[in-house]
Amino acid sequence: MKDLLVRWLIVPALLLAYAAAANAQYDVIITDFAGKRAPVAIVPFGWEGQDAAEPFDVDDVISADLYRSGRFAPTPEDGMLQKPTASVDIDFDDWLILKVDAVVIGKVIQTGDNAYSVQFQAFDVHTREQLVGYRMPASRGTMRRVAHRAADMIYEKLTGIPGVFGTKVAYVTAKGTETDRTYTLVVSDADGENQFTIMESSDPIMSPAWSPDSRELAYVSFENNVSTVFVQTLRSGNRIKVSSRPGINGAPSFSPDGRKLVLTLGGIDGNLDINVLDLATRQVTRLTTNRSIDTEGTWSPDGRSIYFTSDRSGGPQVYRVGVDGGTPERVTFEGSYNARPRLSPDGSKLALVHLSRGDYRVAVLDLRSKDLLVVSEGMQDESPSFAPNSDSLIYATSYGGDGVLEMVSADGVYRQRLTSRQGDIREPVWSPFPRY
Amino acid sequence: MKIQKLIFAGLVALLAAGCGGNTIPDPDADAGTMVDSGDDGITDGMNDGGLGMGEEFGDSMDQMDELTMIIYFDFDQSDLRAEYSDLLQRHASRLAGDSRAQIRLEGHADERGSREYNIGLGERRSQAVRRLLLIQGASANQISTVSFGEERPAAFGSDESAYELNRRVEIKYTN
Repeated sequence: MKDLLVRWLIVPALLLAYAAAANAQYDVIITDFAGKRAPVAIVPFGWEGQDAAEPFDVDDVISADLYRSGRFAPTPEDGMLQKPTASVDIDFDDWLILKVDAVVIGKVIQTGDNAYSVQFQAFDVHTREQLVGYRMPASRGTMRRVAHRAADMIYEKLTGIPGVFGTKVAYVTAKGTETDRTYTLVVSDADGENQFTIMESSDPIMSPAWSPDSRELAYVSFENNVSTVFVQTLRSGNRIKVSSRPGINGAPSFSPDGRKLVLTLGGIDGNLDINVLDLATRQVTRLTTNRSIDTEGTWSPDGRSIYFTSDRSGGPQVYRVGVDGGTPERVTFEGSYNARPRLSPDGSKLALVHLSRGDYRVAVLDLRSKDLLVVSEGMQDESPSFAPNSDSLIYATSYGGDGVLEMVSADGVYRQRLTSRQGDIREPVWSPFPRY
Repeated sequence: MKIQKLIFAGLVALLAAGCGGNTIPDPDADAGTMVDSGDDGITDGMNDGGLGMGEEFGDSMDQMDELTMIIYFDFDQSDLRAEYSDLLQRHASRLAGDSRAQIRLEGHADERGSREYNIGLGERRSQAVRRLLLIQGASANQISTVSFGEERPAAFGSDESAYELNRRVEIKYTN
């Protein structure tokens, strides 16, 4: 594995524009900014069944997933010297000629009316050994998820990092004019497919946050010109009003156990403070009392502290306070503007919005070394959210006058833009890992 | 100073007129505190600015009996500019004179920076207006505040001309 990784670093950078699966809902136009792609071959899967063709193009989804990670360059099908579907048919010399590091083969086998078996194997072309092989049952309805799961397994074997192709992303869109706008809260697969609008309003929607079990989203809605925090169950669409006090109700974020929300409450006098709401008892505990703006609270993965934005020192900076209160401790010191903290799920890094020479950029603060790394290059970049593998971030930026999403690796090396034709798209939040 | 105030009042009234629905009749209009009565010097000054400016000033005169409903702020500021003191006094008087009157103060920020923090900046502006109205005689139960942060811009665009229209508090009479 180490060998593979080292080889990738010497592969020349590819600058490509690539439209993923034709019906992708983001209209995923991927633009590479940096990073080197390793050549891999995803051979078209074989088909064994009564129907003329397989019901779903599994290898196409795997290929698009690996491409979208920024780390791989799948070999075009028409450049392949052979298209084996069984391991005995692989001629590794053919793939060495194409300078491919890994080759993936597979089959879709029909086992019933709407029952299939999807199998795949990935091989290291240099060692000629199998890296991973797996067989999964599928129906027409689950075939796409099965393909993402296969891509996740292949990705983890090749990089040592768990894949996040089976995850979801929630985001907010805004369309229309200044005086007539429609806001939607959307949940889609991480590749932009299966878009589902869970809430639509002529008043602003903001700050979506996933529950740790991925079943619910908390968000702020301004229906009737007041701010209200709702928690909505995705499957049923039912929602509960969990905070509608006078003044500001904002910035919800779930505790790791899912039982509490950290919220910003402003009260009638508009002093924004960090509060914790127990979802079962509805009891509210105020954690900060400073007269400054204290907002954008987020839990540490261990559940013991809350990071938040405060301008108690003048400009906004990130602070940390224990869940039982106490004196907040300042976390960020570099620069005049550090806001909207989000912890990586492994607890080692903090993503935030950082003012860098006049531009608002996404930066990653290494909590151990205290190094701050700017990972985006726009002027108005905001709302960073870590993938559940802690290795990538998604954030909102501006491109051609519209809000668009970009994904970047936490080291800033791999970055792609996901272009949309949905108007303004903002506030992406990456879901936890799916439950298989 | 008078000239500046007059010009500003005219511009604000124009903006309000252009947006529609942002102004309401002012029962205290007879007091005439918003604009001084006809002063040749001022009128001349406006005419010096060109024909277009002259016409705009005429329009603004028609708005004299209405109260401006939008207050603008400087970058990263929630301090009320001195030019709004008369206007806010008139809103306060209106609230003090009619205990049934109710307003909602809607705070806004420009798009720069993070969204929830901008909600805080918008609220800070709403509260600055609220405090002044309370000091000047309005009652706490007549005023509610909300902040839309950068979520409901008055003007699209990513330049200062849009930003200065978006950093604002809108005064909405709800009763």
